[in-house]
Amino acid sequence: MTGVAVVGAAETTQLGKIPDLSQIQLHADAALNAMADAGLKAKDIDGIATAGSRPTDLAHYLGITPTWVDGTAVGGCSFMLHVRHAVAALNSGQCSTVLITHGESGRSGIGREGFARAPASLSGQFEMPYGPMGPPTLFTLPVLRYMKDYGMRPEQLAMVAVVQRQWASMNPRASFQELITVEDVLASKMIAYPFHLLECCLVTDGGGALILTRADRAEDFPQPPVYISGTGESVETPMISQMQDLTSSRAFSVAGPAAMADAKITHSDVDHLMVYDAFAHLPIYGLEDLGFCKRGEAPDFIWAQNTAPGGSLPMNTNGGGLSYMHSGMYGMYAMQESVRQIRGTAAAQVNDVNISLCLGVGGMFGAAGCVVFAKEPG
Amino acid sequence: MTESLRTLPVPTPETQHFWDGTRDGELRLQQCSDCQHTYFPPRPFCPQCSSRDVRILVASGRGTLESYVINHRPHKAFDGPYAIALVALEEGPRMMSNIVGCEQTPEALQLDMPLQVTFEDTGSDIHLPMFTPTGASS
Repeated sequence: MTGVAVVGAAETTQLGKIPDLSQIQLHADAALNAMADAGLKAKDIDGIATAGSRPTDLAHYLGITPTWVDGTAVGGCSFMLHVRHAVAALNSGQCSTVLITHGESGRSGIGREGFARAPASLSGQFEMPYGPMGPPTLFTLPVLRYMKDYGMRPEQLAMVAVVQRQWASMNPRASFQELITVEDVLASKMIAYPFHLLECCLVTDGGGALILTRADRAEDFPQPPVYISGTGESVETPMISQMQDLTSSRAFSVAGPAAMADAKITHSDVDHLMVYDAFAHLPIYGLEDLGFCKRGEAPDFIWAQNTAPGGSLPMNTNGGGLSYMHSGMYGMYAMQESVRQIRGTAAAQVNDVNISLCLGVGGMFGAAGCVVFAKEPG
Repeated sequence: MTESLRTLPVPTPETQHFWDGTRDGELRLQQCSDCQHTYFPPRPFCPQCSSRDVRILVASGRGTLESYVINHRPHKAFDGPYAIALVALEEGPRMMSNIVGCEQTPEALQLDMPLQVTFEDTGSDIHLPMFTPTGASS
């Protein structure tokens, strides 16, 4: 137990295509919704963290005078790292109420800051000349190695998307809700062999925000607290070509077990799992690097419907980045779903979720953040 | 020759020796004089033991195809689908590259196939290391 709890959580009012809001307003819309959820105003917030935009911009825009600021930006899991850093800040008394925001005009590109690789950076010199075109051609690069080493079939990779669509079909806010088959996935457009369109995440607009306080104050807020039970973080490399092992994420392997040790839980304690799924192979790597499956066994585990509705380990129950939404930095939405599942307010609610483990990735296997959420203070 | 439409590297003081090497037909890695670790990409210290006592090691240019994707979206520097590859060098390090002198298909691109380095003149003082299947006509 970390002694910290989530007392406010919300996404933007709309998700999907939001051309009438700029990126900073997506942050603000989510922040205002989270403040309303917690019964707070900006003047009540004294700690702010964000990625994708500068915390300076957000504090000024929202009217916050912080005593604690975190601009850690390691990609889509940055918000998990913010939670971990906020735990330390709240416990050391550097602030009392932390707001973590995300907003991204990923689809509409309104007021979005670019993230081109400088041609003098290492990836600019040693990756970009060979023609990568963003995550679909980089994040996907290790998978053929995994397929050969462990005998994963294309149908098994496709099943990840099929299962997540089952969850999305129960979620009215999901971008895609129509059920699909393995055949549909394999017949969808080839993006970067061996990845088809339906094995790649969406590109949408949206945002989300969390408000954290010390657990001893958490009962004073309108919503039942969701306790932060444990956290972990790590980084590996900004270059996918330099991963230590193409079949495993070192950052996952550090951050996940660290969070579980911090929470003093074992795998059997986990009722609900979120694994950031920018592409269909991420849940496979996540299940193995977290230790839920042995090496090479996650494809069979997913194929056997263990992570599907009614399965033993419900995973990515909002539909995930493949079907729910993916603005570019998806980690915030994964945590929002963990909070909803603990609160009992998810669209596809799982029975009796006491512990939810949420694993995020940053960059292309470049970073990881892991947060264990709990219903009880421990 | 016409200048390449690729995104070209801008060398830094720490990487200049690599790009000087490709122009001279050499694939230059680095090796630590203290712990003998061979590494890439370039930096003037050993990422394994932090020693600054490192030297250039000219690689054999031999490697194997460790993984790849075939990008199907159009890119101005390529005609049709093309492979972005990860090559495991004989000396240990891995690097991204393209596979040339070979069909860009899953059938032609078999994992673990042996490769040999070749250098492509981009027409702007940069020569990029690429790889061709060993024994392929070039």
